[in-house]
Amino acid sequence: MKSLLLGSAALALTASISLADTVRLGTEGAYPPYNFINDAGEVDGFERELGDELCKRAELTCEWVTNDWDSIIPNLLSGNYDTIIAGMSITDEREEVVDFTQGYTPPSPSAYAAMSADVDLEGGIVAAQTATIQANHVVSTGATIVEYPTPDETVAAVNAGEADAVLADKDFLEPIVSSTDLMFVGEDVLLGNGIGMAFRESDDELRGKFDAAIATMKEDGTLNTLIEKWEVGGTW
Amino acid sequence: MRPAIFSFCSDPASLDTFHWLSCYLTTGKHMGFYVSFGTVLLLLAITAPLALVFGFGGAMAARAHFAPLSWFGKGYIAIVRGVPDIAFFLFFVIALDQGIEWLRHQVKCPDWDAPIRQGNDFLVCSIAKMPLNSAPQWMHEIYGFSLAVLTFAIVFGAFAANVLFGAMRAVPRAQIETAEAYGMSRGQAFWRVLVPQMWVFALPGLSNLWMVLIKATPLLFLLGVEDIVYWARELGGSKAPQFTDYPHPDWRMWYFLGLLIFYLAFTKVSEIALSRITRRLSRGQATLAGEAMRKDQANSEGTPA
Repeated sequence: MKSLLLGSAALALTASISLADTVRLGTEGAYPPYNFINDAGEVDGFERELGDELCKRAELTCEWVTNDWDSIIPNLLSGNYDTIIAGMSITDEREEVVDFTQGYTPPSPSAYAAMSADVDLEGGIVAAQTATIQANHVVSTGATIVEYPTPDETVAAVNAGEADAVLADKDFLEPIVSSTDLMFVGEDVLLGNGIGMAFRESDDELRGKFDAAIATMKEDGTLNTLIEKWEVGGTW
Repeated sequence: MRPAIFSFCSDPASLDTFHWLSCYLTTGKHMGFYVSFGTVLLLLAITAPLALVFGFGGAMAARAHFAPLSWFGKGYIAIVRGVPDIAFFLFFVIALDQGIEWLRHQVKCPDWDAPIRQGNDFLVCSIAKMPLNSAPQWMHEIYGFSLAVLTFAIVFGAFAANVLFGAMRAVPRAQIETAEAYGMSRGQAFWRVLVPQMWVFALPGLSNLWMVLIKATPLLFLLGVEDIVYWARELGGSKAPQFTDYPHPDWRMWYFLGLLIFYLAFTKVSEIALSRITRRLSRGQATLAGEAMRKDQANSEGTPA
């Protein structure tokens, strides 16, 4: 009887541990090479591999969840998932509502892509994704901005002639420029402070675990290997 | 990775158009797309009767003689009809979700002393989460889907309530008076005379609502349910060869054309079904359509065979 009780108590204990350890990772699933839905319908990309490795190192069970970019921060705050790992640049505005880990990519350049080399980047129409650092930058240059909810639509807008150029992370545009008629124009712009994982401000413990795991991946060079594999900009 | 359905799909780049398409259209991602059609149909199948129940309840409450109940019914109709759907879907669902978690938190974690709202964060103890963080993803999806059904039912229930409220008043007063003259109580007259006769008056309004409901299903994505429009956008977007075995340019037009056909076909089928129901409900009613049917029948019976 006693051992039975002890056994069930131990079971309850392990159950509550595994309960606390499931971490839900929120991503967008529409931003290759960082994150996208592959042919099999699963989340794939640089951040998928990175997130899985980080969870392994931090000894956490993780579950991937996709969410619209527009509502990705509100849904983190209301607890639908525990972290955002979605190519999100670390900026001061976002720091006011969420807390970031250290960056897992160095600050990477953004670039303009257009159908021809002679477009007017300062006075023309430039497409960018809503609520991104690129959208903020376009507004500050004086160009007319058109915003789209997904990264793919910003590129489609240039192809359809609705916008003269698109401003986005260079790593995102690179595969598109290499396989379509689009070309890079103008100078690269440096925006943001690198990409990090975002957590609720009250969730320092979990953030600490991922932060430490990122640090170990930087030290042993596995992070650089991943960055090179997925071609997401410069290495550390 | 899930193995492809056809054995020849291992190297799609080498295939001719027909084989390429048959591989492309059977990827795991496309399966998600096909399943989402089922999701939409299931949503409609559950929401429509539920909204009708909400509408019937709302209309009955609005007609009640007990004043607070009548205010409640009228308030429900006026407020929900007046708020834009999209605002309702963004605000109400988050409030409902947090309300449920708050209640569970009060019951399950009475010793919790940290505040639930810390700055922007909404924090309840981990066993009060709905569903639990450790629950598999399909549980989260079912929960999201249920919230969607409830929200749709509340919104469309308010419109249905208004339609039914009007329909109940459209039944000729003489019918009720006759029922009362036969000695029926108020309840009996309501259920046996008024309710069976009101449907024919309610049907045009309800069929409108049904059509609007069909077209409102893309709002599902706001609630985190992956619906057909989400998948059409995701699948149709241009794909670079680095990230897929099936690279293609922007094909959203074709996917949306598919959706257009789906919605048109679906509304067409609905129209046929609704016109049958209208005929069925008009039989023997004290309306113009009912009277015309009665005359037709009398004429055909009156002429010698």
